[in-house]
Amino acid sequence: MRTALHAEWTKLRTSPGSWWLLVGVAAATIALSALAAVAVSCRAGCTADLPKVSLTGVQLGQAVVAILAALVIGNEYTTGMMRVSLAAVPGRTRLLAAKALVLLATTSVAAVAGVAGSVLAGRALLPAHAFVWRPVVGSVLYLELVALLGLGLAAAVRSPAGAAGIVLALLYAWPIVARAVTDKAWSRRLDQLGPGTAGTAVQATKDLASLPIGPWAGLGVLGLWALGALVLGWLLLVRRDA
Amino acid sequence: MTFARVLHAEWTKLRTVRGWVLGLLAGAAVILALGLTPSRGGSCDVSDCTPAHGPEGQAVADQFTYVHRTLTGDGSITARVADLTGRLPAFDGAQTRDGLAPWAKAGLMIKDGTKAGSAYAAVMLTGEHGVRLQWNYVHDEGVDAGAKVKPQPVWLRLTRAGDTVTAEKSADGTAWVAVGSARLPGLPATVTAGMFATSPQYSEQVNESVVLSGVSGAPSTATGTFEHPVTTGTFSADWEGPPGGAAPEPAGTGAPDGARARSEGPQTGAAPTADGWTVTGSGDIAPAVSGAAGGSVTISQTLVGTFLGLMFVVVVGAVFVAGEYRRGLIRTSLAAAPRRLHLLTAKALVLGGAVFGLGLAAAAVVVAFGPRVLRGNGAAVAYASAATQVRVVAGTALLLALCAALAAGFGALLRKGVTAVTVSIVVIVLPYLLSVTVLPLRASDWLLRVTPAAAFALQQSEPRWDQVDNIYSPADGYFPLPAWGGLAVLAVWVAVVLGGAGYRLRRRDA
Repeated sequence: MRTALHAEWTKLRTSPGSWWLLVGVAAATIALSALAAVAVSCRAGCTADLPKVSLTGVQLGQAVVAILAALVIGNEYTTGMMRVSLAAVPGRTRLLAAKALVLLATTSVAAVAGVAGSVLAGRALLPAHAFVWRPVVGSVLYLELVALLGLGLAAAVRSPAGAAGIVLALLYAWPIVARAVTDKAWSRRLDQLGPGTAGTAVQATKDLASLPIGPWAGLGVLGLWALGALVLGWLLLVRRDA
Repeated sequence: MTFARVLHAEWTKLRTVRGWVLGLLAGAAVILALGLTPSRGGSCDVSDCTPAHGPEGQAVADQFTYVHRTLTGDGSITARVADLTGRLPAFDGAQTRDGLAPWAKAGLMIKDGTKAGSAYAAVMLTGEHGVRLQWNYVHDEGVDAGAKVKPQPVWLRLTRAGDTVTAEKSADGTAWVAVGSARLPGLPATVTAGMFATSPQYSEQVNESVVLSGVSGAPSTATGTFEHPVTTGTFSADWEGPPGGAAPEPAGTGAPDGARARSEGPQTGAAPTADGWTVTGSGDIAPAVSGAAGGSVTISQTLVGTFLGLMFVVVVGAVFVAGEYRRGLIRTSLAAAPRRLHLLTAKALVLGGAVFGLGLAAAAVVVAFGPRVLRGNGAAVAYASAATQVRVVAGTALLLALCAALAAGFGALLRKGVTAVTVSIVVIVLPYLLSVTVLPLRASDWLLRVTPAAAFALQQSEPRWDQVDNIYSPADGYFPLPAWGGLAVLAVWVAVVLGGAGYRLRRRDA
């Protein structure tokens, strides 16, 4: 396992795009958070959930995480590298686990940087508000789970573009469709089930009772999605020819 | 190789890759599925779900207090509006307070009976918009609706001659100025004519907060003091109106949903005075709107699958170009078609054409049959004229086609499918998502003017009405740009990205 981990780390470290993507995760997160903080220029009596607003950038950062995750495994299929990798590490479960761990570690660094930068930007640009740990820690975990979701889906569909499309459909199109559903009960149910809509509940600090799902339960839903995607990817990886 | 041959070659590529064809078909299929799925039912009973409809087809609010006589043949009514006062809801939990809604109305009206949704013309003094002539719910004439004018006492006159109703105003009752004239086709010989007052649902943005949680609406009232009503022509003898003081059912009762849901309405009614009447009303006589005040589903909402369909189209669009780099096919393509811009143009055209066709078919089916499914399920569907339906269907197809071309452009520019897909989706869908979820109105208006998401304006089916105060937000289906403006923004994006891709394609080795 150590050699597999080392191999994956070397691949990620030496492929030219990955550093830019990791910087991109942090930069995109901070940039959108700062823009949202500027846009919400509320004065006295602000009713906005300020800790949540200061973490809006996660919505953009997750797209870059999805690219990174899709490339970690999907790119090997597009170049035929997968066959070499499997020749070197014949244990397919081990290969996927190594990829997941390396991806998780690197994403965490970028996510911590992006979320910390967002919090600082929020402190500077938004009216004074209390600091709450849960949304901050939750946002880092959110980005990590999105990475695992992307990895699992990319292992399943074997096309990085297709995997990114599916992840972004789940994260971006799902909430829009859920909003448009006229039946209130169904709309709420969709919000509870969607990986993005439930997962971002972890950022909320106000009106927790009126949320469709509790903060940690919401993150748990995203966790189940990530787990499901990984299991699907693993099953297909183990069963199929590369 | 001629351009026609290049086009044919690209078409063959697109049509023979099974994944791409399936992807495009899946995109159309999700639009159909989400548009026709019967689970999206409403739970309103039939009476709530069928608001009154005006002479020009759209759903209307038709609720006001009316003191009137019947008029047979031509004739006129004149009165002085000596005062216009009102009560506004207070949002801090207290009782109502004095104040006028900007579109509080008191004036004279000629109307085809008193049935909700019937034809009318009215000249009125308004809370902030001066003296206006309005007719058949959608038409509005007077000083610029953006200007704010304090209500001043004024003489008003409404004259009927055949199908035409003419409005005049006067400061002193002797020198008259024309306000305008309205044609009411098919107005019967016998109509009602009289004095009315009403005041619409009042809402204010408490602060510029996130989402619209700070916004609430509540009914307001307006009281018009009328002096010296004079009629000429064949009028019935007595003024008919609601019993004074009580809270009666006002003349028209076509107000949909919101207004009627509150069981305890504000105090309305009419009472005679020494030389006239005071009339107090609440409601509106105007087009019914979605948004803060609305409750029905629009045809745009049936097309929500567009967002999901877009994902498929964007993936195919990006891979259609970027895939050539993946396997080195681009070198073969360029050997066969050495004119590089021809190749790029052909790809964009073939892809855009195929997506346009599929999108047109899917959107047409959804707009034609989706509303029937919804109605059958007990949901109210907002009226949309045939022209609007055609624009929304063609607009959806154009939107999808241009987004596919944009993704192809990013594919050629970035040469990596996954990056092209992500960038395309982020610039097209994320601005919309942020606008309807987190951003305040001003920021989202800006975002929906400059990003490709502006083109979702093509799907807006409800117009903004100058004469109805409403919070016209993207979350309620109102876009800052008109349909053609949104299309132009997306077209500029496509042109710039394809231009950049063409430049790079010519300058760089493949």
